[in-house]
Amino acid sequence: MPRLLTGNRVETGDVIWWTGDGWSLHLKDAIAVDDSGEALIAQFSPQERINDLALIDADPSDAGWRPRTTRERVRAVGPSVRPDFALPSIPVESI
Amino acid sequence: MYRYDEFDQAIVDARVAEFRDQVARRLNNEISEEAFKPLRLMNGIYLQLHAYMLRVAIPYGTLDSRQLHMLAHIARRYDRGYGHFTTRQNIQYNWMKLEEMPDLLADLASVEMHAFQTSGNCIRNISSDQFAAAAADEIADPRPYAELLRQWSTLHPEFSFLPRKFKIAVTGSTIDRAAIQLHDIGLELVHGAEGEIGLKVLVGGGMGRTPLLAHVIREFLPVADYLSYMEAILRVYNRHGRRDNIYKARIKILVNDLGPAEFARQVEEEWAALKPLGLDPPPSELARIAAHFQPPVLDADAPVEIDLSNPEFANWVAVNTHPHKVPGHAIVTISLKAPGEIPGDASADQMDLIADLAKAHAQDEIRVTHAQNLVLPHVRRDALFTIWQALKGAGLATANLDRASDIISCPGLDYCTLANARSIPIAQKLAVRLAPQEADLGELKIKISGCINGCGHHHAGHIGILGVDRKGEENYQLLLGGSGAEDASLAKILGPGFDENGIVTAVEKVIGRYQSLRSGPGERFLDTYRRVGAEPFKEAVYG
Ligand code: SF4
Repeated sequence: MPRLLTGNRVETGDVIWWTGDGWSLHLKDAIAVDDSGEALIAQFSPQERINDLALIDADPSDAGWRPRTTRERVRAVGPSVRPDFALPSIPVESI
Repeated sequence: MYRYDEFDQAIVDARVAEFRDQVARRLNNEISEEAFKPLRLMNGIYLQLHAYMLRVAIPYGTLDSRQLHMLAHIARRYDRGYGHFTTRQNIQYNWMKLEEMPDLLADLASVEMHAFQTSGNCIRNISSDQFAAAAADEIADPRPYAELLRQWSTLHPEFSFLPRKFKIAVTGSTIDRAAIQLHDIGLELVHGAEGEIGLKVLVGGGMGRTPLLAHVIREFLPVADYLSYMEAILRVYNRHGRRDNIYKARIKILVNDLGPAEFARQVEEEWAALKPLGLDPPPSELARIAAHFQPPVLDADAPVEIDLSNPEFANWVAVNTHPHKVPGHAIVTISLKAPGEIPGDASADQMDLIADLAKAHAQDEIRVTHAQNLVLPHVRRDALFTIWQALKGAGLATANLDRASDIISCPGLDYCTLANARSIPIAQKLAVRLAPQEADLGELKIKISGCINGCGHHHAGHIGILGVDRKGEENYQLLLGGSGAEDASLAKILGPGFDENGIVTAVEKVIGRYQSLRSGPGERFLDTYRRVGAEPFKEAVYG
């Protein structure tokens, strides 16, 4: 199962995704880190710029990544009850 | 209303300056997140699913228009234009940026507000009756007693690292609008044998993982001594509370383990040692605080009869206003529960409007209720139509107080990092489905939590819903028979859980069965449930 690296930016709290050469606000930019995930967390943690670094499971789909759990889908798109704030990750109605 | 003296203001201003420095050092990487996290939590800042969340304390749920305008300004300037009123009479903002937090807290301090002690294992915001000083049924205004507790507990060094968080509620009425039986300490103003005012003391109530009702440990405590008595309770708890196990660390577990009689004995023993030390303030201090809460001068000759020929207005008056202790006046509850909307959310524009109405028509006071609505406590009846029209124009005139669509809901998995399941969408669906028949149903309190922590008070719901996690999927348990009022009881799980659509259908089946079982239109759902028990409802849902 593909794994994605995510966290929250310390200055703003924004949810961000590891893209291979940086961080993006958008799930679609994420890359699967798979076995290198733990090493990346070990690399970024001491820098103290990203809070709550975590690896999450996601399935690839035609529309992009679909995180496995409801929690991570909500994190990726925004509150399901505020579609006006939804990020272009997965359709709010499919959370 | 209480106004800060120079000490209150100095404490809050010093905290803003201190936190400004701490944030700068965190952003410059001079301190780690591990070291910083407890500091931000002490200032009410959590990291939630999408961003930082700030919880602002609203002492005993009382605001003036200047403060509510500031809360609107914060929503606009620092958030996305709205805030969420909580079941602890506080407000939360969901889209905070750490780098902006010091300026925000300075803005708050400019209107005598802050966010500390809205997190952590300390004495949290003191809650109270939203109808204080207005209700015809109260003995006295409970807020001076709550305010003295606020001052005593603010940054109290001995009680800043308790075994767990600690919640106190104070009420001045036998009609319990503050859920005192479900608090760590509940205080009720009562009359003594000579007619003097004292406090009945309840300890060990709470919801969450182990819901328990509080026990009365003292029927009458003279008000002159209540602070030292509070100190004695906290000391016994601080000494014996279960710091080794977070799930057993609340005072309710200690009271339960020791037994209320033994707990009370230990408190009395501690108090006997403490009282002579002079911890209680002189009566003049309580009098100084009480002077801030002088009842407003209202015109007792204001007309009682008003034009109710508009049926929609008349219905709103019937459902959302309560009698005031002064004739010709009313207490208005503004519902933040329009069916389909998010319970407890208010936009900045709505907050500004309500603040303006309070200034013009309600003696400049607003109250926040633990049911996530707002109250204008002192309104002339002949101003009600003007207020209703203004509220209606802003989507705030829903006439559903204590009815099926007036649902308490925590933020749940849409915002909260601890959640198992979403609460808000369930509340929205239920409110839309039940609103058409709610007048027929009468008082029906539905309360929804997204996890066992119970911020949505599901154990105190006539109908409670608890979100649980079933292998990564949202699942909902149905509970029946709870109450947070003077007839307090704890709701019990009916049976196996449901998915999102299933829980809505199950609630509808419960309500359908109630309609066929009730003895008459005056029998509330809760009364029917208590009369017939769970079986008929089980059969309706699972049969
Ligand atoms: S009950 Fe649980 S999900 Fe709801 S706000 Fe509290 S901690 Fe979060």
